[in-house]
Amino acid sequence: MKIHEYQGKSILASHGVPVPRGFVAHTAEEARAHAETLGGGTVVVKAQIHAGGRGKGGGVKVVGGPDAARAAAEAILGMMLVTHQTGPVGQLVSCVLVEEGQRISRELYLGLVVDRSTKKLVMMASQEGGVEIEKVAEESPEKIFKVFIDPANGLRWFQSRQLAFKLGLSGDEVRKASLLMYAAYDAFVATDASLLEINPLIVTAAGDLIALDAKVNLDDNALSRHPDLQDLRDLAEEDGLEIEASKFDLNYIKLDGTIGCMVNGAGLAMATMDIIKLAGGEPANFLDVGGGASAEQIKNAFRILMLDAGVKAVLINIFGGILRCDVLAQGVIAAVKDLGVSVPIVIRMEGTNVELGKQMLKDSGLDFATADAMDEAAAKVVALSSGK
Amino acid sequence: MAVLIDKSTRLIVQGLTGREGTFHAKQAQAYGTNVVGGVTPRKGGTTHEGWPVFNTVEEAVAATGADASVIFVPPSAAADSVMEAADAGLALAVCITEGIPTLDMMRALTFMKDTRMRLIGPNCPGLISAGRAKAGIIPGHICKEGRVGIVSKSGTLTYEAIHQLTLLGLGQTTCIGIGGDPLIGTSFIDCLALFAADPETEAVVMIGEIGGSAEEEAAAYIKASFKKPVVGFIAGQTAPPGRRMGHAGAIIAGGKGTAAEKMAALTDAGVRVVNSPADIGRAMVELLQ
Repeated sequence: MKIHEYQGKSILASHGVPVPRGFVAHTAEEARAHAETLGGGTVVVKAQIHAGGRGKGGGVKVVGGPDAARAAAEAILGMMLVTHQTGPVGQLVSCVLVEEGQRISRELYLGLVVDRSTKKLVMMASQEGGVEIEKVAEESPEKIFKVFIDPANGLRWFQSRQLAFKLGLSGDEVRKASLLMYAAYDAFVATDASLLEINPLIVTAAGDLIALDAKVNLDDNALSRHPDLQDLRDLAEEDGLEIEASKFDLNYIKLDGTIGCMVNGAGLAMATMDIIKLAGGEPANFLDVGGGASAEQIKNAFRILMLDAGVKAVLINIFGGILRCDVLAQGVIAAVKDLGVSVPIVIRMEGTNVELGKQMLKDSGLDFATADAMDEAAAKVVALSSGK
Repeated sequence: MAVLIDKSTRLIVQGLTGREGTFHAKQAQAYGTNVVGGVTPRKGGTTHEGWPVFNTVEEAVAATGADASVIFVPPSAAADSVMEAADAGLALAVCITEGIPTLDMMRALTFMKDTRMRLIGPNCPGLISAGRAKAGIIPGHICKEGRVGIVSKSGTLTYEAIHQLTLLGLGQTTCIGIGGDPLIGTSFIDCLALFAADPETEAVVMIGEIGGSAEEEAAAYIKASFKKPVVGFIAGQTAPPGRRMGHAGAIIAGGKGTAAEKMAALTDAGVRVVNSPADIGRAMVELLQ
């Protein structure tokens, strides 16, 4: 789960990572008042959306005082902020973070992620802060320093010192950096995060280290044991159909094509999207109904597919292992009858009770196209979606 | 021969008395697997569907001589079950559970290092040695004894590959679903090494998906030292970046982990990479001609 910068900073601060003083504003007037509370000097007004690249899109403004903060917030609040991560429509900005301005002497990078190969957390630091770290990793990977953290022992002080010295820090900065890294690690583990990035991590003119930005992603699989963190979910950042699907434990991702897909299993669902594309069509969604879906869940999945006005045809591709083909057929027949589905449907199913399932589809009197192989199914649905 | 599991395997089921545990224990037994008992804390001493139930894996091993376990335990407790299996001295555990917190798995994998146990999964369909034995949820009836090994991150896509091979008359040795989580116990490389050493396995189907770099690492391994023919498919060629495609590990992050990169690496390693999942079986037939 993604959370906002201000939420990430609040988590970091509660574990001892220094962050700028700041407050969230939902109106321009609130932004002005916050700027005044912060002393009336320079403040930064930052759009709070989940996507990165906010500065380039005009969502971050450094201004000289309360009145300017008001004006900046007025410009940012309510805008559809477009960044390289939002897509062309952009994301509506409904709140801003107003923070005390900082006198920056250096911009560094600090990140913490799960390393799949070593099966450990890796803390990464770089002197190349404030820019896209992916670019640094691509162009000059030697500029990113890493320490791998043993889960039984946690981050050790020598490791944080190693990183601090490689960052070119000296004197008391080293101690401050070590404490900050330790606090960041602590925050990561305590919240079951999946990614934590401080970019930039600044060294101020006064020699303090402060997290100027914060990106924290949380492990969806661990949210059930963090009720407080579940509240950080921002539904306004999510697609309406995806929210609806999540209520029924359906893995649904909205895409831009015209062929709705319903598949069991994530790998087969991705492969089904791929084969639709190869057949000349565009998938309208990713939908994994899961291994043990009931007829009721199949029906809900169908309803959600039909809520997407872009869908011109549906491909159902089920390889029944646990999910039996007769249960699938029952669910699809009920859905089509109850929902009055009008678009063409191609069903390809294999596996447990497939003959029974096929017979049920036949006996239903409904107009399904069927296929035995995946490529045949894809070709049929692409033809039907374009009215052939 | 096959790899990891056969008729001599003595299998217990952790979570035997649950709905899935019971169903798949019966399926495994019906397939010919030697299922020797189960573990459900606080139900020890009872009998379930004819199998003895134990409170701990340690007790189950002592009483039955089990050497492998399949784990059907809810996500919040599954990592603990993996550690319990490792601690009891089992050689193999297969964790089917989806949704285990990553940091739990990290601790379990660290714990396992000092034991002899190999873990398959989690978030996987398990494995099956065609015509011999299975641990997990792969349907037995789609398999046929033969000479192709399968290793895959996916569940149903693995069934698809098995089905295609079987229809074309190509049987399998062992089919291994290694799981779709970011942290898993057994990698593509581990499985390829097992297949390399198995005289019965003549060729391998490898099915990857977006996210991480396990496929690239496998490609480097294949290029350097794997001699048997490999057909590869990577799911998620059309997946949008930054979105988690069902599996916790299936995400293109920071431009990394794309299908294109993985397909290029595998092609470079001499793997016959197919663009369409419908071509897996046909490509294997061609390779083996």
